[in-house]
Amino acid sequence: MSEPILKVDDLKVHFPVDVGTFFSKKATLKAVDGVSFELHEGETLSVVGESGCGKSTLGRAVLQLLHNTEGQVVWMGENITGYPVKAMRPLRSEMQIIFQDPLASLDPRMTIGEIIAEPLVTHNPEIPKDQVKARVREMMDIVGLLPRMINRYPHEFSGGQCQRIGIARAMILRPKVIVCDEPVSALDVSIQAQIINLLGELQETFGLSLLFISHDLSIVRHISHRVMVLYLGNVMELAEKDALYNAPRHPYTQALISAVPVPDPDKEAHKKRIVLKGDLPSPINPPSGCVFRTRCLYADHQCEQEKPPLTTLNEPTAKGNHQVACHKQAEINSLD
Amino acid sequence: MFTYITKRLLAAIPTLLIIITIAFFMMRIAPGGPFDAERQLPPEIEANILKAYDLDKPLYQQYFIYVGNLLRFDFGPSYKFRDFSVTELILTGLPASMQIGGMAILIAALIGISLGTLAALYQNQKTDYAIMGVAMTGIAIPNFVVAPILSLIFGVYLSWLPVAGWGDGSARNLVLPVISLALPQIAYIARLTRGSMVEVLHSNYIRTARAKGLRERLVVIRHAIKGALLPVVSYLGPAAAAVTTGSVVIESIYDIPGVGRYFVNAALNRDYPLVMGVVIFYATLIIIMNLIVDVIYSFLDPKLRVNG
Repeated sequence: MSEPILKVDDLKVHFPVDVGTFFSKKATLKAVDGVSFELHEGETLSVVGESGCGKSTLGRAVLQLLHNTEGQVVWMGENITGYPVKAMRPLRSEMQIIFQDPLASLDPRMTIGEIIAEPLVTHNPEIPKDQVKARVREMMDIVGLLPRMINRYPHEFSGGQCQRIGIARAMILRPKVIVCDEPVSALDVSIQAQIINLLGELQETFGLSLLFISHDLSIVRHISHRVMVLYLGNVMELAEKDALYNAPRHPYTQALISAVPVPDPDKEAHKKRIVLKGDLPSPINPPSGCVFRTRCLYADHQCEQEKPPLTTLNEPTAKGNHQVACHKQAEINSLD
Repeated sequence: MFTYITKRLLAAIPTLLIIITIAFFMMRIAPGGPFDAERQLPPEIEANILKAYDLDKPLYQQYFIYVGNLLRFDFGPSYKFRDFSVTELILTGLPASMQIGGMAILIAALIGISLGTLAALYQNQKTDYAIMGVAMTGIAIPNFVVAPILSLIFGVYLSWLPVAGWGDGSARNLVLPVISLALPQIAYIARLTRGSMVEVLHSNYIRTARAKGLRERLVVIRHAIKGALLPVVSYLGPAAAAVTTGSVVIESIYDIPGVGRYFVNAALNRDYPLVMGVVIFYATLIIIMNLIVDVIYSFLDPKLRVNG
């Protein structure tokens, strides 16, 4: 395989927090705790997990909108870890982000023409005004907005249209990577499909790489090439989409996949559903050893003691590069 | 926009009428009258005076006479400053008050907004604590303490500026009163700006602006300031009205011939027409200021833009 354009190595993002109201103690919130992955050109890597598992933090740390505590982010061979804001600026034209709440992400006091043009004007101040306008109109057309709406304000658009504006704004610099931070979770289901298809088309046309952050497994299945399952800031499983959906190895992934509704009432009624007990533990005080052990059906003494490393399966049946972080993986999967 | 402003101005008429009515009757309910004196006037003379000013008629008649005169922009004569009409009195005091008040509010807005923005940008850091500490002090110390101290330091000890006095409104005479008037406003505006700025800086569209790769200075100037200014603008309107109509305290301490002193003197003397005149003037100013605030709002926030 070719060189990855983005390589993340043992990324950790920890936040110092105060615990307690009066006599507060300093504690560390481990939002992302040792995540490694590679992103190749034209590829969609999805990051899935429950709320609060560190998906968004991961996305922001990759773009260095947040600084990571440990680990490396390597962009096209260049280690950009801890780059100050100034040094990151030229790179912003190559790596962009789309946010979850489309309306709130747009400055309510700017017309959408100004919003979409702003990155272009910022990074290429030499482009003449009429060309900027032409580029904006072209971009609006690409994302399915009528170019005559150029002078309207964000609040005059629907959620789906606002997300299209967000995509146009991110795409106008022709970036190589877009981090999509839950780009459709705030939208109606019918609109979700439109936006997902738009992202797919853009990827094909421009050879974009997407880091797609979502909690919706059906959407992830539709759009991804590879999927990464995150739990409390740790990678549980990372595999090709089909391998992950058809033969999940990690007990957490298995539980997640079993919760996806099947659009067939008969199958839905007879499918095996794994229900996890309890809530996501606090990332301030995560369980020892395997972070998932408190909710795992198979956890034992070893899981409490040692943190399972993310290991590549080397069975002949495993497809591609299938990585799982579980001590009991082999046992569990031979039971079936 | 023009239709909107016309509509708002028309709507101001009933508002003013209500204010006039309430002020008129409240003044009359207050015990005592304008011609009460330690030495009792002979009853014939008192009756004459009352008749001259229509004060012998029933209250409702007096009210209609007064409102009728108002429609002809006649605010009546002052009861205490004989030979002067209310209009004359207000117009002689107004320039001085407007001058120091206007300058004070302008300076307060500029410095207050800058300091507040700075504090927000360095939220919970030393700069922030320093600015907010000074601002808290500015709010806590009343101006009747600040003004004499300033005049003591710069007037008496350093002899840089006149201790007090108006002197035809020369710049040297203006400095201290303007500073004394502006200080508490600076403090208040700085706190207000900091609060809304902190909120705006945490909003999603600022995150978007940063992700676009904008310089931090541009993020603040182009995206954050407009949003953060909304609450400040709505405070500035009425504050400007209050400050430009004169402060009794500052005008007494610095001996400035403004309108501020009429507020208190007129009320104490039961100088009905002067009280009414001042009230109407102040109310009108507040209404106009609020209208200006709303117009500025529509420039700052397209969501509030009115059609037509």
